[in-house]
Amino acid sequence: MRLLKLGRLFWAIVLFGAGWLAARMVLAGAPVLGVALFLAVAFAAWVYNSPRTHAARYLLPGLATFAVFVLAPLLYTVYIAFTNFSGEHLLSQERVRAWFAQDLYAPVETRHAFRLHPAAEPGKYQVVIPLEKEEMGRNLLISRPFTPQEAEQSQPILLGLNIAPPRAKALGIRDVVAARAWLRPARFTAPGQSVPLRMISLRELGYRLPRWEEDNGGLVNAVTGQRLVPDSSRGNFVDEATGEVVGPGWRVWIGTANFRLIFTDPAIREPFLKIFAWNVVFALLSVATTFVIGVCLASLLQWKALRGRAIYRTLLILPYAIPAFIPILVFRGLFNEGYGEINHVLTALFGIAPKWFTDPMLARTMILIVNAWLGYPYMMIISSGMLQAVPDELYEATAVDGAGPWTNFTKVTLPQIFPPLFPLLIASFAFNFNNFSLIYLLTGGKPDITGSATVAGTTDLLVSYTFRMAFKDSSARFGFASAVATLLFIIVAILAWLQLRWSRAPAAKGAR
Amino acid sequence: MVEGRAFRGRLILAHVFLVAFIALMMVPLFMVVSISLRKGNFATGGILPTPETFSLEHWRMVLGLPVQQADGTWLKPTVSVLRWFGNSVRISAISAALILALSATAAYAFARMRFAGRARLLNALLILQMFPMVLAIIAIYSILEALGRWVPALGLDTHPGLILAYLGGIATHIWMIKGYFDSLPPSLEESAKIDGATPWQTFRLIMLPLSAPIFAVVFILAFIGLIGEYPLASVILQRTDQWTLAVGANSFLYEQNYLWGDFAATAVLSGLPITILFLACQRLLISGLTAGGVKE
Repeated sequence: MRLLKLGRLFWAIVLFGAGWLAARMVLAGAPVLGVALFLAVAFAAWVYNSPRTHAARYLLPGLATFAVFVLAPLLYTVYIAFTNFSGEHLLSQERVRAWFAQDLYAPVETRHAFRLHPAAEPGKYQVVIPLEKEEMGRNLLISRPFTPQEAEQSQPILLGLNIAPPRAKALGIRDVVAARAWLRPARFTAPGQSVPLRMISLRELGYRLPRWEEDNGGLVNAVTGQRLVPDSSRGNFVDEATGEVVGPGWRVWIGTANFRLIFTDPAIREPFLKIFAWNVVFALLSVATTFVIGVCLASLLQWKALRGRAIYRTLLILPYAIPAFIPILVFRGLFNEGYGEINHVLTALFGIAPKWFTDPMLARTMILIVNAWLGYPYMMIISSGMLQAVPDELYEATAVDGAGPWTNFTKVTLPQIFPPLFPLLIASFAFNFNNFSLIYLLTGGKPDITGSATVAGTTDLLVSYTFRMAFKDSSARFGFASAVATLLFIIVAILAWLQLRWSRAPAAKGAR
Repeated sequence: MVEGRAFRGRLILAHVFLVAFIALMMVPLFMVVSISLRKGNFATGGILPTPETFSLEHWRMVLGLPVQQADGTWLKPTVSVLRWFGNSVRISAISAALILALSATAAYAFARMRFAGRARLLNALLILQMFPMVLAIIAIYSILEALGRWVPALGLDTHPGLILAYLGGIATHIWMIKGYFDSLPPSLEESAKIDGATPWQTFRLIMLPLSAPIFAVVFILAFIGLIGEYPLASVILQRTDQWTLAVGANSFLYEQNYLWGDFAATAVLSGLPITILFLACQRLLISGLTAGGVKE
């Protein structure tokens, strides 16, 4: 009873905290986020306090994190697939306009050469601008002495005609370069001028004005009069007359254009299909090799007559005990065609030096060997777990019939462990289907496919292919990469769904 | 039982096979240890370090001790591998524990409770998890950026933020634990229910103790998966002292600055904690299945 009250108090505090954060969000201009947060927490409070929500209490924490960090990124990626998001279309339209607004220029007639002098007072400086025309018999515009701090904080510094000219000589260009950091924010106010002068180059002070002026949604160049209009289908400002793209673009919805590209452009379709085929073969062979090795070792270790099983097991698990990126990088060194230890041995024994990284078939073989090394302990662990659950009575029964180890293995062990392992094999297939780090760190997808429009390698999986396209290509085609990722996901999802249906996995059978 | 000749032959064959297999399997591990004890940062020379090439410079560097430079001066390394080590272990252990908690509770509901759409939800989780997260990095980055605006402790370049991002990977673990729960006889819970236990008490007092082996397996799988995770950590953690070992070790292998020896020492160091964890948990894995609990 007391526990129940404590629970209520806890939820009251949580709700209060969520309400406070939500209110802050709404006030700060994020109403959707704030309301969503509050509703989510309120829902959680209901789930944990209503007497009718048994299953939801156990599911909510897991499903909520899953929704935020798997489902939401997935949906966002699918959304990006329908946009032109890329290195050239990175910003929102407002940010692109801000970019244009920051494009300033200094009109030629307002530029003045200047000199920087140390002032009489130590640590202070003065700026001197020689005028072309004499004004009231004076030809120098001189600032009051100022400290670098004043300049850096953009405090207004008055200029006057021939007031207290500095005695020290002007500083050389090298010293001006050194002073640039604090001189650049400085603002000098000339008599009778409202716009302050500022440093526009190492030798000149002047005014800066925005180059582009807003005009009915378009932009007009103050110098040339060129007029730009926004093109919302391309996400760019274009020259009204010529249609030429100017400046950075923004993200717009472009429908299925990215997807059509995959199927219509032969320079993209051909490599895509090649990569897809290799991807399927790779995942199947990886599961098959690791499963066979793993189950054999696990069965061997189940053999009670075998002494030292604990030591064997510990040693056999070792590849699993090491973060995968390490052995992958080590294997890359060992398989090196020139100085790798593997080719040393092969040359010594058989006089051959296979080109593991330049021949596509050998590169693929190497990948499968490395992946078998990496993956068999997982299969061994999970099948060990299942083997321990196989009742001894079954083996005792076959022993009465005089069955050998092979019969035991195929007639008792496999049928017993295969059904519960099946979902894990599917998971393993899916993991290998998207085994990014193996490919990325071992071969980087190379050797490359010739005649491809984008980066594409003969050992690339779809996932490393898309990653390279999005993050390692100079054009950073996020939209197109997301389209491939979406397609990839659909393929894997269908495969997994078919397998689940076909195997009538435990999920469909019910608990008991 | 009479041990026949064929039986003994098979036994010897099994030993020979296992020893040969392990020897072959150990070659790369052996190599990386050897490289870490070799002078210089180039992957050349024989398999064993000779007395001339033997050097502890990479290990000194990794442990944060001063290293002798080419000009003879001693300099303290600028990067702190031990700090990355601590980061990695902390992040992976906390994430794995939370993943275990999240997937065990969800698996219990899937295994023991009836609700609408149960099978469909379970299948959907597994299928959705197949989406390659490497490609969702942009989205995860944006989510953490937004989160950090309101809760700075969970934002970009923070460990809790990275841990939060890791917690999404629970679908396969839910499946695994559910499969194990399914194999436990419901008779124990039914009798607890008759004695008046609530579902939470049944879960906590009966299911959890019986499931220690599968929990150990799931924890280790999650831990190992996360300690080697590179792409997400490299994007989310920006300051050098926030890095994990995976990010730090890879930074030794930039093409312009290939520090093979420092990498090897870091690699051995990062392989150690998991090996130790594994050895510590192995007994639990093997003896974990209580005789009465599983076999009816």
